[in-house]
Amino acid sequence: MSNQTAISLEKVKSTKKKLVKSNRDLGKLKVILKGFILPIFMLTIWELTGALGLISATLLPRPSVIFTTFIDLILTGNLLQHFQISLLRALGGFLLGGTLGLLVGVAVGLKKNVEQTVDPTIQMFRTIPTLAVIPLFILWFGFGEVSKILLIAKGAFFPLYVNTFLGIRSVDSKLFEVGKVLEFNRWKQITHLILPSALPNILLGLRLSLGVAWLALVAAELMGSSEGVGYLIMDARQFSQTAIVFVGIIIFAVFGKVSDSLVKVFERRLLKWQDNFKG
Amino acid sequence: MTLLEIKQLNKFFQKGKEQIHVLKEIELQVKRGEFITVIGPSGCGKSTLLKAIGGLDTEYSGEIKLDGERVTGASIKQGVIFQEPRLFPWLTVERNIAANLPLTDIEVKENVEKLIKLVRLDGFERAYPKELSGGMAQRVSIARALLRKPKILLLDEPFGALDAFTRSHMQQALLDIWKEERTSMVFVTHDIDEAIYLGNKVIIMSARPGTIQKIISIDLPFPRKKSTKSFQEYRQLVLKEFEKVEELELIDSAGI
Repeated sequence: MSNQTAISLEKVKSTKKKLVKSNRDLGKLKVILKGFILPIFMLTIWELTGALGLISATLLPRPSVIFTTFIDLILTGNLLQHFQISLLRALGGFLLGGTLGLLVGVAVGLKKNVEQTVDPTIQMFRTIPTLAVIPLFILWFGFGEVSKILLIAKGAFFPLYVNTFLGIRSVDSKLFEVGKVLEFNRWKQITHLILPSALPNILLGLRLSLGVAWLALVAAELMGSSEGVGYLIMDARQFSQTAIVFVGIIIFAVFGKVSDSLVKVFERRLLKWQDNFKG
Repeated sequence: MTLLEIKQLNKFFQKGKEQIHVLKEIELQVKRGEFITVIGPSGCGKSTLLKAIGGLDTEYSGEIKLDGERVTGASIKQGVIFQEPRLFPWLTVERNIAANLPLTDIEVKENVEKLIKLVRLDGFERAYPKELSGGMAQRVSIARALLRKPKILLLDEPFGALDAFTRSHMQQALLDIWKEERTSMVFVTHDIDEAIYLGNKVIIMSARPGTIQKIISIDLPFPRKKSTKSFQEYRQLVLKEFEKVEELELIDSAGI
Protein backbone atom coordinates (compact mmCIF):
# COMPACT_ATOMS: atom_id res chain seq x y z
CA MET A 1 0.00 0.00 0.00
CA SER A 2 2.59 2.46 1.14
CA ASN A 3 4.80 1.22 -1.65
CA GLN A 4 2.14 2.04 -4.16
CA THR A 5 1.59 5.53 -2.88
CA ALA A 6 5.31 6.03 -3.05
CA ILE A 7 5.32 4.99 -6.68
CA SER A 8 2.40 7.20 -7.57
CA LEU A 9 4.06 10.06 -5.74
CA GLU A 10 7.17 9.48 -7.83
CA LYS A 11 5.00 9.58 -10.94
CA VAL A 12 3.37 12.80 -9.91
CA LYS A 13 6.77 14.28 -9.23
CA SER A 14 8.19 13.23 -12.60
CA THR A 15 5.19 14.50 -14.54
CA LYS A 16 5.38 17.70 -12.57
CA LYS A 17 9.02 18.00 -13.52
CA LYS A 18 8.13 17.45 -17.17
CA LEU A 19 5.41 20.03 -16.92
CA VAL A 20 7.77 22.51 -15.36
CA LYS A 21 10.31 21.84 -18.08
CA SER A 22 7.82 22.25 -20.92
CA ASN A 23 6.56 25.38 -19.21
CA ARG A 24 10.06 26.74 -19.11
CA ASP A 25 10.62 25.89 -22.78
CA LEU A 26 7.40 27.65 -23.62
CA GLY A 27 8.58 30.68 -21.68
CA LYS A 28 11.86 30.71 -23.59
CA LEU A 29 9.99 30.47 -26.88
CA LYS A 30 7.82 33.38 -25.82
CA VAL A 31 10.86 35.51 -25.09
CA ILE A 32 12.34 34.73 -28.51
CA LEU A 33 9.03 35.37 -30.26
CA LYS A 34 8.70 38.71 -28.52
CA GLY A 35 11.85 39.88 -30.28
CA PHE A 36 10.30 39.04 -33.64
CA ILE A 37 7.11 41.06 -33.25
CA LEU A 38 8.53 44.44 -34.23
CA PRO A 39 10.58 43.31 -37.26
CA ILE A 40 7.67 41.29 -38.68
CA PHE A 41 5.33 44.22 -38.24
CA MET A 42 7.76 46.55 -40.00
CA LEU A 43 8.38 44.11 -42.85
CA THR A 44 4.65 43.71 -43.42
CA ILE A 45 4.10 47.47 -43.63
CA TRP A 46 7.08 47.79 -45.95
CA GLU A 47 5.89 45.01 -48.24
CA LEU A 48 2.35 46.36 -48.35
CA THR A 49 3.29 49.96 -49.08
CA GLY A 50 5.63 48.73 -51.83
CA ALA A 51 2.97 46.50 -53.38
CA LEU A 52 0.48 49.37 -53.36
CA GLY A 53 3.02 51.51 -55.22
CA LEU A 54 3.33 54.10 -52.42
CA ILE A 55 7.15 53.91 -52.44
CA SER A 56 9.46 53.99 -55.43
CA ALA A 57 10.79 50.50 -56.21
CA THR A 58 14.26 51.83 -57.12
CA LEU A 59 14.70 53.66 -53.79
CA LEU A 60 13.19 51.06 -51.50
CA PRO A 61 12.57 47.68 -53.09
CA ARG A 62 10.11 45.40 -51.36
CA PRO A 63 11.38 42.68 -48.97
CA SER A 64 10.19 39.99 -51.34
CA VAL A 65 12.19 41.52 -54.18
CA ILE A 66 15.27 41.73 -51.98
CA PHE A 67 14.81 38.07 -51.07
CA THR A 68 14.53 36.92 -54.69
CA THR A 69 17.59 39.00 -55.56
CA PHE A 70 19.43 37.24 -52.74
CA ILE A 71 18.47 33.81 -54.11
CA ASP A 72 19.46 34.90 -57.62
CA LEU A 73 22.86 36.08 -56.41
CA ILE A 74 23.51 32.77 -54.72
CA LEU A 75 22.40 30.79 -57.74
CA THR A 76 24.49 32.76 -60.23
CA GLY A 77 27.38 31.71 -58.04
CA ASN A 78 29.30 34.82 -57.08
CA LEU A 79 27.64 35.84 -53.78
CA LEU A 80 29.19 33.00 -51.79
CA GLN A 81 32.56 33.78 -53.31
CA HIS A 82 32.30 37.47 -52.43
CA PHE A 83 31.22 36.56 -48.94
CA GLN A 84 34.10 34.14 -48.49
CA ILE A 85 36.61 36.77 -49.50
CA SER A 86 35.12 39.33 -47.10
CA LEU A 87 35.12 36.79 -44.30
CA LEU A 88 38.77 35.90 -44.87
CA ARG A 89 39.77 39.57 -44.86
CA ALA A 90 37.88 40.29 -41.63
CA LEU A 91 39.24 37.17 -39.98
CA GLY A 92 42.82 37.84 -41.05
CA GLY A 93 42.74 41.45 -39.90
CA PHE A 94 40.99 40.54 -36.66
CA LEU A 95 43.46 37.78 -35.83
CA LEU A 96 46.44 40.00 -36.56
CA GLY A 97 45.19 43.06 -34.69
CA GLY A 98 43.47 41.17 -31.88
CA THR A 99 46.46 38.97 -31.09
CA LEU A 100 48.78 41.97 -31.01
CA GLY A 101 46.29 43.89 -28.85
CA LEU A 102 46.06 41.03 -26.38
CA LEU A 103 49.82 40.53 -26.15
CA VAL A 104 50.69 44.21 -25.82
CA GLY A 105 47.81 44.66 -23.36
CA VAL A 106 49.16 41.87 -21.16
CA ALA A 107 52.69 43.26 -21.28
CA VAL A 108 51.57 46.80 -20.47
CA GLY A 109 49.20 45.56 -17.78
CA LEU A 110 51.83 43.48 -16.02
CA LYS A 111 54.70 45.95 -15.97
CA LYS A 112 54.45 49.54 -14.84
CA ASN A 113 57.66 50.23 -16.73
CA VAL A 114 56.26 49.05 -20.04
CA GLU A 115 53.09 51.01 -19.40
CA GLN A 116 54.99 54.25 -18.90
CA THR A 117 57.05 53.83 -22.06
CA VAL A 118 54.51 52.31 -24.44
CA ASP A 119 51.00 53.33 -23.40
CA PRO A 120 51.14 57.09 -24.17
CA THR A 121 52.20 56.40 -27.75
CA ILE A 122 49.52 53.77 -28.23
CA GLN A 123 46.87 56.09 -26.83
CA MET A 124 47.95 58.71 -29.34
CA PHE A 125 47.58 56.28 -32.23
CA ARG A 126 44.22 55.20 -30.85
CA THR A 127 42.73 58.62 -31.38
CA ILE A 128 43.55 58.61 -35.11
CA PRO A 129 40.32 57.72 -36.93
CA THR A 130 40.57 54.59 -39.05
CA LEU A 131 39.02 56.36 -42.03
CA ALA A 132 41.70 59.06 -41.91
CA VAL A 133 44.54 56.61 -42.49
CA ILE A 134 42.93 54.98 -45.52
CA PRO A 135 44.65 57.34 -48.02
CA LEU A 136 47.99 56.70 -46.37
CA PHE A 137 47.52 52.93 -46.43
CA ILE A 138 46.59 53.11 -50.12
CA LEU A 139 49.73 55.14 -50.86
CA TRP A 140 51.91 52.71 -48.95
CA PHE A 141 50.40 49.36 -49.78
CA GLY A 142 48.21 49.99 -52.81
CA PHE A 143 44.69 48.71 -53.27
CA GLY A 144 45.62 45.10 -52.57
CA GLU A 145 44.89 42.79 -49.68
CA VAL A 146 47.72 44.10 -47.48
CA SER A 147 46.23 47.54 -47.00
CA LYS A 148 42.79 46.06 -46.26
CA ILE A 149 44.00 43.58 -43.71
CA LEU A 150 46.20 46.17 -42.01
CA LEU A 151 43.29 48.59 -41.83
CA ILE A 152 41.10 45.96 -40.16
CA ALA A 153 43.95 45.01 -37.83
CA LYS A 154 44.37 48.64 -36.80
CA GLY A 155 40.72 48.76 -35.83
CA ALA A 156 40.72 45.42 -33.99
CA PHE A 157 43.88 46.15 -32.02
CA PHE A 158 42.60 48.86 -29.68
CA PRO A 159 39.48 47.39 -28.02
CA LEU A 160 41.38 44.26 -27.03
CA TYR A 161 44.39 46.26 -25.92
CA VAL A 162 42.44 48.68 -23.74
CA ASN A 163 40.22 46.04 -22.15
CA THR A 164 43.01 43.55 -21.49
CA PHE A 165 44.99 46.29 -19.78
CA LEU A 166 41.94 47.34 -17.75
CA GLY A 167 41.18 43.74 -16.76
CA ILE A 168 44.68 43.12 -15.50
CA ARG A 169 44.73 46.32 -13.50
CA SER A 170 41.43 45.52 -11.79
CA VAL A 171 42.58 42.22 -10.24
CA ASP A 172 41.66 42.22 -6.55
CA SER A 173 44.77 43.03 -4.52
CA LYS A 174 43.44 40.79 -1.74
CA LEU A 175 43.81 37.82 -4.06
CA PHE A 176 47.41 38.85 -4.69
CA GLU A 177 48.00 38.49 -0.97
CA VAL A 178 46.58 34.97 -1.17
CA GLY A 179 48.96 34.26 -4.03
CA LYS A 180 51.85 35.39 -1.85
CA VAL A 181 50.73 33.23 1.07
CA LEU A 182 50.37 30.18 -1.19
CA GLU A 183 53.81 30.85 -2.73
CA PHE A 184 52.69 31.37 -6.34
CA ASN A 185 55.68 31.92 -8.60
CA ARG A 186 55.52 34.64 -11.28
CA TRP A 187 54.21 32.24 -13.93
CA LYS A 188 51.45 30.83 -11.69
CA GLN A 189 50.58 34.35 -10.66
CA ILE A 190 49.95 35.24 -14.30
CA THR A 191 48.21 32.03 -15.37
CA HIS A 192 46.29 31.22 -12.18
CA LEU A 193 45.47 34.67 -10.87
CA ILE A 194 45.82 37.57 -13.29
CA LEU A 195 44.54 36.11 -16.54
CA PRO A 196 41.44 34.32 -15.15
CA SER A 197 40.62 37.42 -13.18
CA ALA A 198 40.96 39.62 -16.27
CA LEU A 199 39.03 37.21 -18.47
CA PRO A 200 35.66 39.03 -18.34
CA ASN A 201 37.33 42.20 -19.62
CA ILE A 202 39.37 40.34 -22.21
CA LEU A 203 36.24 38.69 -23.61
CA LEU A 204 34.49 42.05 -23.74
CA GLY A 205 37.48 43.38 -25.66
CA LEU A 206 37.21 40.42 -28.00
CA ARG A 207 33.59 41.22 -28.79
CA LEU A 208 34.30 44.88 -29.37
CA SER A 209 37.30 44.03 -31.55
CA LEU A 210 35.18 41.73 -33.69
CA GLY A 211 32.63 44.48 -34.15
CA VAL A 212 35.28 46.99 -35.14
CA ALA A 213 36.91 44.48 -37.51
CA TRP A 214 33.58 44.13 -39.25
CA LEU A 215 33.18 47.91 -39.56
CA ALA A 216 36.72 48.33 -40.82
CA LEU A 217 36.11 45.61 -43.38
CA VAL A 218 33.29 47.60 -44.93
CA ALA A 219 35.43 50.74 -45.00
CA ALA A 220 38.30 48.80 -46.56
CA GLU A 221 36.14 47.24 -49.25
CA LEU A 222 34.36 50.48 -50.08
CA MET A 223 37.68 52.24 -50.61
CA GLY A 224 38.20 50.17 -53.68
CA SER A 225 38.22 46.49 -54.44
CA SER A 226 37.19 44.06 -57.11
CA GLU A 227 35.80 41.38 -54.84
CA GLY A 228 33.93 41.08 -51.58
CA VAL A 229 30.54 42.07 -50.24
CA GLY A 230 31.60 45.72 -49.99
CA TYR A 231 32.52 45.69 -53.67
CA LEU A 232 29.13 44.15 -54.43
CA ILE A 233 27.44 47.10 -52.71
CA MET A 234 29.55 49.74 -54.49
CA ASP A 235 29.08 48.07 -57.85
CA ALA A 236 25.31 47.81 -57.39
CA ARG A 237 25.10 51.46 -56.36
CA GLN A 238 26.62 52.55 -59.67
CA PHE A 239 23.87 50.74 -61.55
CA SER A 240 21.13 51.70 -59.09
CA GLN A 241 20.50 48.06 -58.19
CA THR A 242 19.13 48.95 -54.79
CA ALA A 243 18.02 45.42 -54.00
CA ILE A 244 21.62 44.18 -54.21
CA VAL A 245 22.75 47.00 -51.94
CA PHE A 246 20.18 45.77 -49.43
CA VAL A 247 21.38 42.19 -49.75
CA GLY A 248 24.92 43.32 -48.97
CA ILE A 249 23.83 45.35 -45.98
CA ILE A 250 21.76 42.49 -44.61
CA ILE A 251 24.65 40.07 -44.99
CA PHE A 252 26.87 42.41 -42.98
CA ALA A 253 24.19 42.80 -40.32
CA VAL A 254 23.40 39.10 -40.01
CA PHE A 255 26.99 38.00 -39.97
CA GLY A 256 27.98 40.67 -37.47
CA LYS A 257 25.25 39.48 -35.16
CA VAL A 258 26.16 35.81 -35.62
CA SER A 259 29.83 36.38 -34.78
CA ASP A 260 28.87 38.42 -31.73
CA SER A 261 26.52 35.68 -30.55
CA LEU A 262 29.26 33.11 -30.96
CA VAL A 263 31.57 35.04 -28.65
CA LYS A 264 28.69 35.46 -26.22
CA VAL A 265 28.12 31.71 -26.05
CA PHE A 266 31.83 31.25 -25.50
CA GLU A 267 31.66 33.93 -22.82
CA ARG A 268 28.79 32.33 -20.97
CA ARG A 269 30.62 29.04 -20.89
CA LEU A 270 33.90 30.50 -19.64
CA LEU A 271 32.36 32.88 -17.13
CA LYS A 272 29.78 30.63 -15.52
CA TRP A 273 31.57 31.18 -12.21
CA GLN A 274 30.61 34.85 -12.19
CA ASP A 275 28.17 36.01 -9.58
CA ASN A 276 26.81 39.25 -11.01
CA PHE A 277 23.50 41.01 -11.42
CA LYS A 278 21.80 39.46 -14.41
CA GLY A 279 18.95 41.89 -14.83
CA MET B 1 59.07 23.22 22.65
CA THR B 2 58.86 26.71 21.20
CA LEU B 3 57.63 26.98 17.61
CA LEU B 4 57.11 30.71 17.25
CA GLU B 5 59.19 33.29 19.03
CA ILE B 6 58.61 37.03 18.87
CA LYS B 7 61.21 39.31 20.46
CA GLN B 8 61.05 43.05 20.99
CA LEU B 9 58.66 43.67 18.12
CA ASN B 10 57.99 47.37 17.47
CA LYS B 11 56.05 48.81 14.61
CA PHE B 12 55.23 52.38 13.59
CA PHE B 13 52.75 53.75 11.07
CA GLN B 14 53.36 57.09 9.44
CA LYS B 15 50.16 59.08 9.36
CA GLY B 16 50.82 62.48 7.86
CA LYS B 17 53.54 64.01 9.98
CA GLU B 18 52.53 62.00 13.00
CA GLN B 19 54.15 58.72 13.87
CA ILE B 20 51.85 56.19 15.47
CA HIS B 21 53.22 53.44 17.65
CA VAL B 22 51.15 50.48 16.51
CA LEU B 23 52.92 47.64 18.26
CA LYS B 24 55.14 48.16 21.29
CA GLU B 25 57.65 45.68 22.61
CA ILE B 26 55.71 42.57 21.80
CA GLU B 27 57.17 39.43 23.34
CA LEU B 28 55.44 36.15 22.62
CA GLN B 29 56.21 32.46 22.52
CA VAL B 30 53.97 29.81 21.02
CA LYS B 31 54.62 26.14 21.66
CA ARG B 32 54.18 23.44 19.04
CA GLY B 33 50.57 22.35 18.84
CA GLU B 34 49.33 25.22 20.97
CA PHE B 35 46.12 27.12 20.28
CA ILE B 36 46.60 30.82 21.05
CA THR B 37 43.79 33.34 20.84
CA VAL B 38 44.47 37.07 20.66
CA ILE B 39 41.80 39.49 21.81
CA GLY B 40 41.68 43.23 22.13
CA PRO B 41 39.77 46.36 21.19
CA SER B 42 39.76 47.47 17.56
CA GLY B 43 42.90 49.35 16.64
CA CYS B 44 45.10 47.50 19.13
CA GLY B 45 47.22 46.09 16.31
CA LYS B 46 46.19 42.46 16.61
CA SER B 47 45.72 42.07 12.86
CA THR B 48 48.98 43.93 12.26
CA LEU B 49 50.73 41.49 14.55
CA LEU B 50 49.23 38.58 12.63
CA LYS B 51 50.37 40.05 9.32
CA ALA B 52 53.88 40.42 10.67
CA ILE B 53 53.92 36.76 11.74
CA GLY B 54 52.55 35.78 8.35
CA GLY B 55 55.35 37.65 6.61
CA LEU B 56 52.87 39.87 4.74
CA ASP B 57 54.26 42.89 6.55
CA THR B 58 58.00 43.03 7.10
CA GLU B 59 58.43 46.66 8.09
CA TYR B 60 59.01 46.38 11.80
CA SER B 61 61.90 46.23 14.20
CA GLY B 62 62.54 43.21 16.34
CA GLU B 63 62.57 39.55 15.49
CA ILE B 64 60.06 36.87 14.58
CA LYS B 65 61.36 33.32 14.44
CA LEU B 66 59.38 30.34 13.23
CA ASP B 67 60.91 26.97 14.06
CA GLY B 68 64.24 28.70 14.64
CA GLU B 69 64.26 30.55 11.33
CA ARG B 70 63.67 34.27 10.87
CA VAL B 71 60.46 35.12 9.05
CA THR B 72 61.42 37.21 6.02
CA GLY B 73 58.28 36.96 3.92
CA ALA B 74 55.04 35.12 3.29
CA SER B 75 55.34 31.38 2.78
CA ILE B 76 53.31 28.22 3.02
CA LYS B 77 54.91 27.55 6.42
CA GLN B 78 52.54 30.14 7.83
CA GLY B 79 49.01 29.41 6.65
CA VAL B 80 46.84 32.53 6.72
CA ILE B 81 43.06 32.58 6.98
CA PHE B 82 41.68 36.06 6.29
CA GLN B 83 38.48 37.60 7.50
CA GLU B 84 36.94 36.92 4.09
CA PRO B 85 37.45 33.50 2.51
CA ARG B 86 39.29 35.03 -0.49
CA LEU B 87 38.63 32.08 -2.78
CA PHE B 88 39.32 32.22 -6.49
CA PRO B 89 35.80 32.71 -7.88
CA TRP B 90 36.62 31.00 -11.18
CA LEU B 91 37.73 27.73 -9.56
CA THR B 92 35.63 24.93 -8.13
CA VAL B 93 36.05 23.95 -4.48
CA GLU B 94 38.61 21.22 -5.15
CA ARG B 95 40.57 23.40 -7.55
CA ASN B 96 40.52 26.25 -5.06
CA ILE B 97 42.05 24.00 -2.44
CA ALA B 98 44.69 22.75 -4.87
CA ALA B 99 45.21 26.26 -6.38
CA ASN B 100 48.73 26.20 -7.84
CA LEU B 101 49.25 22.49 -7.21
CA PRO B 102 48.15 20.10 -9.99
CA LEU B 103 45.12 17.94 -9.23
CA THR B 104 46.51 15.46 -11.76
CA ASP B 105 49.13 14.59 -9.16
CA ILE B 106 47.69 11.59 -7.31
CA GLU B 107 49.14 12.64 -3.97
CA VAL B 108 47.66 16.14 -4.25
CA LYS B 109 44.33 14.72 -5.34
CA GLU B 110 44.22 12.31 -2.39
CA ASN B 111 45.13 15.02 0.10
CA VAL B 112 42.51 17.36 -1.32
CA GLU B 113 39.87 14.65 -1.01
CA LYS B 114 40.95 13.97 2.58
CA LEU B 115 40.74 17.66 3.47
CA ILE B 116 37.33 18.04 1.84
CA LYS B 117 36.14 15.27 4.15
CA LEU B 118 37.86 16.90 7.12
CA VAL B 119 36.09 20.22 6.57
CA ARG B 120 32.87 18.35 5.75
CA LEU B 121 32.34 19.56 2.23
CA ASP B 122 31.80 16.16 0.60
CA GLY B 123 29.57 16.56 -2.41
CA PHE B 124 30.65 20.15 -3.05
CA GLU B 125 33.93 19.34 -4.81
CA ARG B 126 32.68 20.75 -8.11
CA ALA B 127 30.75 23.72 -6.71
CA TYR B 128 31.82 27.30 -7.44
CA PRO B 129 32.38 29.76 -4.58
CA LYS B 130 29.21 31.68 -5.50
CA GLU B 131 27.22 28.57 -4.63
CA LEU B 132 28.67 28.30 -1.11
CA SER B 133 27.51 29.87 2.13
CA GLY B 134 29.91 32.05 4.12
CA GLY B 135 30.77 29.25 6.53
CA MET B 136 31.39 26.76 3.74
CA ALA B 137 33.60 29.19 1.86
CA GLN B 138 35.67 29.81 4.97
CA ARG B 139 36.07 26.05 5.42
CA VAL B 140 37.41 25.83 1.86
CA SER B 141 40.00 28.47 2.67
CA ILE B 142 41.02 26.55 5.80
CA ALA B 143 41.41 23.39 3.72
CA ARG B 144 43.46 25.34 1.18
CA ALA B 145 45.87 26.43 3.91
CA LEU B 146 46.04 22.96 5.49
CA LEU B 147 46.92 21.28 2.17
CA ARG B 148 50.31 23.06 2.35
CA LYS B 149 50.97 21.48 5.76
CA PRO B 150 51.72 24.77 7.51
CA LYS B 151 53.74 24.84 10.72
CA ILE B 152 51.36 27.40 12.08
CA LEU B 153 47.91 28.58 11.06
CA LEU B 154 47.17 32.30 11.48
CA LEU B 155 43.49 33.22 11.59
CA ASP B 156 42.37 36.84 11.44
CA GLU B 157 38.81 37.03 12.80
CA PRO B 158 37.83 34.25 10.40
CA PHE B 159 34.29 33.83 11.73
CA GLY B 160 33.59 37.53 12.28
CA ALA B 161 31.17 37.80 9.37
CA LEU B 162 29.15 34.69 10.24
CA ASP B 163 25.91 34.47 12.19
CA ALA B 164 25.95 33.12 15.75
CA PHE B 165 24.87 29.56 14.89
CA THR B 166 27.28 29.10 12.00
CA ARG B 167 29.99 30.65 14.10
CA SER B 168 29.68 28.21 16.97
CA HIS B 169 29.49 25.37 14.47
CA MET B 170 32.68 26.63 12.83
CA GLN B 171 34.42 26.90 16.20
CA GLN B 172 33.64 23.25 16.83
CA ALA B 173 34.84 22.34 13.33
CA LEU B 174 38.10 24.21 13.88
CA LEU B 175 38.71 22.41 17.18
CA ASP B 176 38.11 19.09 15.41
CA ILE B 177 40.64 20.03 12.75
CA TRP B 178 43.12 21.10 15.42
CA LYS B 179 42.70 17.79 17.25
CA GLU B 180 43.20 15.88 14.01
CA GLU B 181 46.10 17.82 12.51
CA ARG B 182 47.78 19.24 15.64
CA THR B 183 48.65 22.42 13.75
CA SER B 184 49.59 25.34 16.00
CA MET B 185 47.09 28.15 15.78
CA VAL B 186 47.12 31.88 16.39
CA PHE B 187 43.54 33.09 16.29
CA VAL B 188 42.66 36.79 16.39
CA THR B 189 39.16 37.70 17.50
CA HIS B 190 37.15 40.40 19.25
CA ASP B 191 34.71 37.92 20.78
CA ILE B 192 35.55 37.04 24.41
CA ASP B 193 33.56 33.78 24.40
CA GLU B 194 35.26 32.67 21.21
CA ALA B 195 38.70 33.43 22.64
CA ILE B 196 38.09 31.41 25.82
CA TYR B 197 36.28 28.60 24.04
CA LEU B 198 39.13 27.92 21.61
CA GLY B 199 42.41 28.87 23.22
CA ASN B 200 44.97 27.20 25.43
CA LYS B 201 46.01 30.75 26.14
CA VAL B 202 44.20 34.02 25.69
CA ILE B 203 46.40 37.01 24.92
CA ILE B 204 44.79 40.28 25.87
CA MET B 205 46.05 43.32 24.01
CA SER B 206 45.51 46.98 24.74
CA ALA B 207 45.51 49.79 22.22
CA ARG B 208 47.66 52.87 21.53
CA PRO B 209 50.31 51.65 21.58
CA GLY B 210 49.40 48.01 20.97
CA THR B 211 50.93 45.94 23.74
CA ILE B 212 50.30 42.59 25.32
CA GLN B 213 48.45 43.43 28.50
CA LYS B 214 48.10 39.97 29.93
CA ILE B 215 48.29 36.31 29.00
CA ILE B 216 45.72 34.05 30.62
CA SER B 217 46.08 30.27 30.41
CA ILE B 218 42.75 28.53 30.08
CA ASP B 219 42.96 25.27 31.98
CA LEU B 220 39.67 23.79 30.88
CA PRO B 221 39.44 20.39 29.20
CA PHE B 222 38.02 20.13 25.66
CA PRO B 223 35.19 20.01 24.70
CA ARG B 224 34.33 23.13 26.63
CA LYS B 225 30.86 24.31 27.52
CA LYS B 226 30.15 28.01 27.51
CA SER B 227 27.47 27.66 30.19
CA THR B 228 29.69 26.07 32.87
CA LYS B 229 30.69 27.98 35.96
CA SER B 230 34.42 27.62 35.32
CA PHE B 231 33.99 29.02 31.80
CA GLN B 232 32.11 32.00 33.22
CA GLU B 233 34.87 32.57 35.77
CA TYR B 234 37.42 32.86 32.97
CA ARG B 235 35.07 35.22 31.24
CA GLN B 236 35.01 37.41 34.34
CA LEU B 237 38.78 37.33 34.48
CA VAL B 238 39.12 38.54 30.88
CA LEU B 239 36.42 41.16 31.35
CA LYS B 240 38.28 42.53 34.37
CA GLU B 241 41.38 42.95 32.25
CA PHE B 242 39.33 44.83 29.68
CA GLU B 243 38.01 47.15 32.33
CA LYS B 244 41.57 47.95 33.31
CA VAL B 245 42.32 48.77 29.67
CA GLU B 246 39.31 51.03 29.45
CA GLU B 247 40.25 52.86 32.65
CA LEU B 248 43.70 53.44 31.27
CA GLU B 249 42.23 54.77 28.07
CA LEU B 250 39.89 57.06 29.95
CA ILE B 251 42.78 58.47 31.93
CA ASP B 252 44.72 58.83 28.71
CA SER B 253 42.02 60.68 26.87
CA ALA B 254 41.37 62.91 29.89
CA GLY B 255 44.99 63.96 29.63
CA ILE B 256 45.83 63.07 33.23
